[in-house]
Amino acid sequence: MTLNDPKARILAISSGGGHWIQMLRLRPAFDGCNVTYMTVDPKARHDVGNAGFYSVLDGNRDTKLSLIFMAIKILAVLIWVRPHSVISTGAAPGYFACRFAKLVGARSLFIDSVANAEEMSLSAKLVLSHANKVLSQWPKVSQKNGLEFHGSVL
Amino acid sequence: MIFATVGTQLPFDRLIDTLDKYKQYQRDISIFAQIGPLGKSPDYIDWAPTLTAKQFAKKIAECKVIISHAGMGTILTALELGKPIIVMPRQAKYGEHRNDHQCATVQNLRGRVGIHVADDEQFLLSHLKELTSFKPSAASEPVAEPKLLNAISQFITEGKGDHNNAF
Repeated sequence: MTLNDPKARILAISSGGGHWIQMLRLRPAFDGCNVTYMTVDPKARHDVGNAGFYSVLDGNRDTKLSLIFMAIKILAVLIWVRPHSVISTGAAPGYFACRFAKLVGARSLFIDSVANAEEMSLSAKLVLSHANKVLSQWPKVSQKNGLEFHGSVL
Repeated sequence: MIFATVGTQLPFDRLIDTLDKYKQYQRDISIFAQIGPLGKSPDYIDWAPTLTAKQFAKKIAECKVIISHAGMGTILTALELGKPIIVMPRQAKYGEHRNDHQCATVQNLRGRVGIHVADDEQFLLSHLKELTSFKPSAASEPVAEPKLLNAISQFITEGKGDHNNAF
């Protein structure tokens, strides 16, 4: 990867489990881009072939210290990768990446998990004022919160 | 084989207990459950606290029916493989999750081919009685809706332009 690469550089970042599986379903949108993936399970590297990959220790609102480490590592990866765009499917790692994206000149898109069918998730609410775009995967939630709706991973 | 999973984080004893009691009188049905690191050990069904991704994939591939908490990871995997899935939502009032978003999830997934919603233990038991009628459906491609993919592609294209101007 070089900074002169004509391809768009993307950091695709999410926490584990369903968030990561949703991210994998977005891969066709990254065709022709230089994608670096980041998630909490180091073994998820096997899901993305030869693409760039970083893992970060998992954390949530109940584990404050792990959130601080997570924030630092994500900032370091953003500085190293210098993405044009940050794409996230949640939750805590996506919040930090979208929050810090501007510091490295990147735009950020946060896609709230399809699991949030009635209310936006906490991370989506928190990231609203930082991300360039936040999408919900449910029409009702999009409408209620004034978000664009472009379908879902289902 | 029935494969039950409650995810890797929180226990969901209400689901596992129901399956365990069911299995007590159903000797000819094999059930394997992944009960989470803090789950209460069942007496009659086979179980493990957690599985590696490889073990998980093997169990999912071998099973005829998946029974799961309403976690999107398992639901998406079931749809991709065309395996019938029974989902029972975790409820905050029993301390099974922080909030009731899994109840909202199942309300919105009700009626999709291959997804059988069990609001509680009673509904789970009635679904279990109908197991033989559950059929695999066509496997679906593991990709998002085209319009979501397009929206993301467009966002990426706009971003590349901005960045070049900025540097």
